[in-house]
Amino acid sequence: MSARVKWRRFVSNFMLTLTGLCALVSVSVLFLILGYLVFNGGTSINWAFLTQLPKPVGEAGGGMANAIVGSAKLLLAASLFGVPIGFLGGIYLAEFSGSAVASVVRYSADLLNGVPSIVIGIFAYSMVVLPFRHFSTFAGAFALGLMMIPITLRSTEEFLNGVPRYLREGAMALGASKWKTIASVVVPAAYRGILTAILLALARVAGETAPLLFTAFGNRFWSQGWEQPTASLPVMIFTYAVSPYEDWHRQAWAAGLVLLGLILIINILARTILSRGIAVPRS
Amino acid sequence: MQASSKPGLSVNIVTNTGAVPHGEAAPLPMRMTISKVNFYYGSKQILFDINLGIADKRVTALIGPSGCGKSTLLRAMNRMHETVHTSRLEGEIQLDGQDILAQDVTTLRRRVGMVFQRPNPFPKSIFDNVAYGLRINGIRGSTSEMVEKSLRRAALWEEVKDHLHKSAYELSGGQQQRLCIARALAVEPEVLLLDEPCSALDPISTAKIEELLVELKNLTTITIVTHNMQQAARVSDFTAFLLTGQMIEFSPTPQLFTTPSDPRTEAYITGRFG
Repeated sequence: MSARVKWRRFVSNFMLTLTGLCALVSVSVLFLILGYLVFNGGTSINWAFLTQLPKPVGEAGGGMANAIVGSAKLLLAASLFGVPIGFLGGIYLAEFSGSAVASVVRYSADLLNGVPSIVIGIFAYSMVVLPFRHFSTFAGAFALGLMMIPITLRSTEEFLNGVPRYLREGAMALGASKWKTIASVVVPAAYRGILTAILLALARVAGETAPLLFTAFGNRFWSQGWEQPTASLPVMIFTYAVSPYEDWHRQAWAAGLVLLGLILIINILARTILSRGIAVPRS
Repeated sequence: MQASSKPGLSVNIVTNTGAVPHGEAAPLPMRMTISKVNFYYGSKQILFDINLGIADKRVTALIGPSGCGKSTLLRAMNRMHETVHTSRLEGEIQLDGQDILAQDVTTLRRRVGMVFQRPNPFPKSIFDNVAYGLRINGIRGSTSEMVEKSLRRAALWEEVKDHLHKSAYELSGGQQQRLCIARALAVEPEVLLLDEPCSALDPISTAKIEELLVELKNLTTITIVTHNMQQAARVSDFTAFLLTGQMIEFSPTPQLFTTPSDPRTEAYITGRFG
């Protein structure tokens, strides 16, 4: 075997090992986090943790029920605000706009997606918190909703563009108007992809802490309404994790586990619903 | 028939032809007429001065080698060409004596249906595919009755009647194409355009669809684009031969295939090119 062939074999094997190792590292990070969360937080999760309010410092026990409900409220309101805007904007981008408008909108959406979440928080603070003169669930939801817009918009556009042309033509040849075609054939053909992307957007903002710090703020008690500050899991984790109390640290781990669990449940539910429809076969 | 090589006179030839099937009075009424049509994609001219009459309740075939403009001509007949922004159509296409370009495009497309090269059922159930056109056009009456009628007309009913609510994608390619024909028939179009409907199908499915087309003649007016000359000979009453965007010959099918008047037609049908 010549030296050249040996060298080639070596390079090939080396690269195979290197890429394989990197793939392994990426996967193991996820499982490491999961395992660490379960190990540290698993023992602190009990009925009280899910149903009770936080106890004052020094008192053992208590829970994060207010943060769980707060996070759910924030995500619901953020979705109601961000998803329709991103979704309809994505439809415009994919179906109606010319290429010049589309590229401007697309580029802006990508930029918005890249804006640091703390900056989004400051923006929401000055737009919602300052005029109303107090922290609120709305302000937090506004910040999270803003972050959902570009993800929803870009993925809607991409999945709509992926719908084959012959399906649109089939509908139009039957006398469907452009909007009818989009609403009754194109969107249904793409909705699995779009919904998956929306879920990813939801999962991403569910863990955001920075935009909530000075919008939804935080609350040791039940939030009194949408215009009042509210506790949320990420902020609670942050507060508890930097505190000097051993008991709070354990609860922070538990909160992390709950957050992960909630996202998992949303995902599984949505996928179950999704699997009922008819998918366009790949060709 | 020497005049048949002159496109401008083709319509007259058909209407005056002696090849009208037995028992029919000549001249044949025309459902659609295409006059002096020039067609462009951007600056590229695709069709040159096309004249053609589509006889009512007959099958008219458009044949010619790839790129001759036959599909473009077909797509212009229900204005599907408008989905391409750079396209431009000159001349006049009439449906029942009225200019199709002056009509509402959705109404036109309901009256002039289309079946495509590739079966393109929607990601819906078999039933919903056929019912789609009825629903979007707000056609009243019993949907399930009309779905059944359309599936029977497309010779698909017996194969699918027990699983109408299954996905259309569970059907074979040939069945999917007949489903698309049923879907087009459901809105009772006056003219049905078929763009190489069998090119993606096996010989048995092709035979079924050809059989179907001959039956559908009583119901609607058919124009079919095909690159398969035997198919044109089997199913059509009239055949138009196009070459590089020009209408070379338009005659009753038996005549075009037995005694073509243009040497280029003869060369094509005898397989010397194409």
